[in-house]
Amino acid sequence: MTRIAIVVFPGSNCEYDAANAMEQLGASAELVFHSQDALGDVDGVILPGGFAHGDYLRPGALARFSPIMGAIADYAAQGGPVLGICNGFQVLTEAGLLPGALQKNRGLTFLCQPTTLVVASTRSVLTRAARVGAELVVPINHFSGAYTCDDATHASLLANDQVVLRYRDNPNGSRDDIAGVSNVAGNVVGLMPHPERAMSTLLGSADGRVLLESFVGLGVAAR
Amino acid sequence: MSVPEPLHRALGLTDSELDDIRQVLSREPNPLELALYGVMWSEHCSYKSSRLHLRRLPSKAPHVLVGPGEGAGVIDAGDGIGVAIRIESHNHPSAIEPYQGAATGVGGILRDVFSMGARPLAVMDPLFFGELDDARNRWLVEGVVSGISGYGNSVGVPTIGGELTFDQCYSANPLVNVLAVGALPTSRLALAVASGVGNFAVLLGSSTGRDGIGGVSVLASAGFAGDDGAASLDDAKRPSVQVGDPYEEKRLIEACLELLDLELVVGIQDLGGAGLICATCETAAKGGVGMDVNVDAVPQRELGMAPFEIMTSESQERMLAIVTPENFAAVKAVCDKWEIRANVVGHVVEPTEMPDGSRVGLLRVRHGFDGEVLAEVPASSLADDAPLYDRPRERPADLDALWGDDPTFDEPEGDLVKDLLDLVVDPAWVYRQYDSQLFLNTVVGPGRDAALLRLAGPGLPASQRGFAVSTDSNPRWCALDPRVGTALTVAEGVANLACVGATAKAVVNCLNFGNPEHPEVMWQLSESIDGMAEACEGLSLPVIGGNVSLYNESGGRDIDPTPVVGLLGVVDSLVAPPPGWDWREGDAVVLVGHREAVGETAFPLSGSRWATRRGRRGGRLAGFDAARLVSTFNFVTAEVAAVCAGADSDVTAVHDVSGGGLAAALAEMAAASSRGVHVARLEGRGELFAEFPGRFVMATSDAESFVARALDAGVPVTLLGTVGGDVVNLGGLLSVSVQEIARHRSQALEEALELI
Repeated sequence: MTRIAIVVFPGSNCEYDAANAMEQLGASAELVFHSQDALGDVDGVILPGGFAHGDYLRPGALARFSPIMGAIADYAAQGGPVLGICNGFQVLTEAGLLPGALQKNRGLTFLCQPTTLVVASTRSVLTRAARVGAELVVPINHFSGAYTCDDATHASLLANDQVVLRYRDNPNGSRDDIAGVSNVAGNVVGLMPHPERAMSTLLGSADGRVLLESFVGLGVAAR
Repeated sequence: MSVPEPLHRALGLTDSELDDIRQVLSREPNPLELALYGVMWSEHCSYKSSRLHLRRLPSKAPHVLVGPGEGAGVIDAGDGIGVAIRIESHNHPSAIEPYQGAATGVGGILRDVFSMGARPLAVMDPLFFGELDDARNRWLVEGVVSGISGYGNSVGVPTIGGELTFDQCYSANPLVNVLAVGALPTSRLALAVASGVGNFAVLLGSSTGRDGIGGVSVLASAGFAGDDGAASLDDAKRPSVQVGDPYEEKRLIEACLELLDLELVVGIQDLGGAGLICATCETAAKGGVGMDVNVDAVPQRELGMAPFEIMTSESQERMLAIVTPENFAAVKAVCDKWEIRANVVGHVVEPTEMPDGSRVGLLRVRHGFDGEVLAEVPASSLADDAPLYDRPRERPADLDALWGDDPTFDEPEGDLVKDLLDLVVDPAWVYRQYDSQLFLNTVVGPGRDAALLRLAGPGLPASQRGFAVSTDSNPRWCALDPRVGTALTVAEGVANLACVGATAKAVVNCLNFGNPEHPEVMWQLSESIDGMAEACEGLSLPVIGGNVSLYNESGGRDIDPTPVVGLLGVVDSLVAPPPGWDWREGDAVVLVGHREAVGETAFPLSGSRWATRRGRRGGRLAGFDAARLVSTFNFVTAEVAAVCAGADSDVTAVHDVSGGGLAAALAEMAAASSRGVHVARLEGRGELFAEFPGRFVMATSDAESFVARALDAGVPVTLLGTVGGDVVNLGGLLSVSVQEIARHRSQALEEALELI
């Protein structure tokens, strides 16, 4: 069985939802508290949404100092799949595991609403089972979700096919409509939308499944 | 120089209350003791003006696990799951400092819920402001909404709905009510009781500062004094507003639920209004024990805090747990993991034998556990013995004149299209700022008739059930007739639950009224409680909790009576979403329920939003008839619940007729689906805009079968028309394009707030 570690900071709040999604896909989820310094034997790591250490300073600014982050950096360097959702994305950029940064939304308010994402690359662990150009309805839920980076970073993102997902109708002022990016190798991915909230038509959309199925390695062979 | 006010009066106590205290103690109270009585006998803590009347509400039913009087009411929802619900107001703090006032309102209600052992799963916020042409009101709206958003999102509890009402009467005294729902394995139910002599009283969470000193007495239990009613003039009250820290609360929630799961606590209570004194005296009184509290053991945020400040501070994010000495180390370990403080601040002690031979649990405030006694009073005298007031009540003298000014027939026709457009406002700008989806439970979120969620959460037994929540109020009705208006408000809540297929199980209420020292206000409160009792008895609903917020006035003017009713319902099988508002091309549109109101007037416009918009606030309300409502509610609930259970159904859409009347309901459904409707015949503008509960608009793909089922159930139905085209044409009385409705509906609020 695929084993996924879900990192819990004291202010995380989407850890149970991420675990729930993993279990729906037949993977097992292990909650790993941020004060640990090892991940154990796992097949992937998710940093879930929330407010890691309250985030009064800047989302993710303190989380990068948590003991578990060293183990995550090592795991990522060895090619292990790492996924940051929302606050997890913010933490990965603060930790330097992903390029760019997340700023306050253009309208300066929190936004919880459905968005339509367009798959921009299938080279990442999050999109390898999807199709480029596919439209997926996945909700966002953030105050600081406007992706930003300098021109050189943006050029290298494009050159290396690191833009994973874009918003069809940009809700928050993200540069180049970017909703998610990966590292150069494609094994570390961050996105602001919440695919774990789009696992079932009962809750409005099942379009997040293809992303999380990719991440746990389902459906990859069929591509 | 003026003569200084006697201390007891400065603390909010009357002369006769001081005499009562002397009688309890058989001596003069010292200043600290006076301060303790001042907060515990405040209106906010003791319900001294309302308790006599609240007793008339029915509170019992077989499925009620915990009724009024605890942190939250709890019902048995089935499958070994209890659902806890609580509603409160945070009106006065929000009037002074809207962001922190609203934020700490959310924090306080969550502690009430998790102190029962329940994980908070949902929050709802009924909000009432003055009109938005006033800049200060716009500032209040933005502040309150961002406070709820900032705290609720961060603390990790979804905000799934609420209400948004604008009326001049709330201009200087906005109402910010907050309702929270949680769920627990029934085995984890926790109560706020201290027992076991020698056990520790452990203060968990934040340190104690000078914020919120006297919040319940100075702030919550008095009106705003400024002659012009502007709360901004009351700068002196600002130090009574607490400041919230959602990150602390989030860790406190996790730690407390872990302590309860590990069975490490004997009893637990939140620290809310009146802070540590309230939590210690109430737990001791309930357990029939005494308690020694050491003020020096309380972690303090500032130097030089006086004992009365430590005991009455309303610093946020604190809980009091009763723990056996053996378990304290394990409690500390859990708290260390979540980075929260845990300090022993009290000891449970034997009741004391009094001269008359009785044994009384004394609350003692001391310097050091064995040190100087600073205050010594019977715990139950603080918690339970506040005076009960049967304050004078008087029917308002102007009521007959008000009843005589009925707009139903003599109000000129005017521009009905413009009226309709003004009545359909989408509050999405508000609820987009709230995380409404956390925990993967939200099947129907904010903006619809009621919210519907899966009954699932971390640590709960597996279940296919769902729970539904609605908050309802109608100050326009209650100003005309608080008794009937409140009864109809309860019915409106049940109707909202029916729209998502839920059977109503319990009621909570937040009674927002003016100054109880005004006989007219006491009359309104008493009438309103009678109306609620009548409706709850007629609809077989227990009232399992509530809150009374009085002194909502400014510059001497009371708000309109605003009882807010929270309804909790259950759906037995929730595997598919209920029908929404979005009907389909060619559907038949059916009005379900009695078409005409109970009473002399078939379609009364009194108390309607339509009439109020035109400055007409008079007339008589429709009557309340439980029997005729019940059959309609049961039919709609069953039809929708079948869809939720996964059955095939011809029902494609459902919406309750409420604010804005039938016209608004049809317009909202047209906007939601981008499809128009042609309604052949309506009984004039009265039928367009009259508001009385018990009517639903439903769309069906098989009108013949649907009508047959309704008639079988003894429920009247009226075929209104057919879905199609891009125009809403209502009986030739008005005709407007769907696009115009949708544009107006989505932009009205942001335009009024001057954001676009």
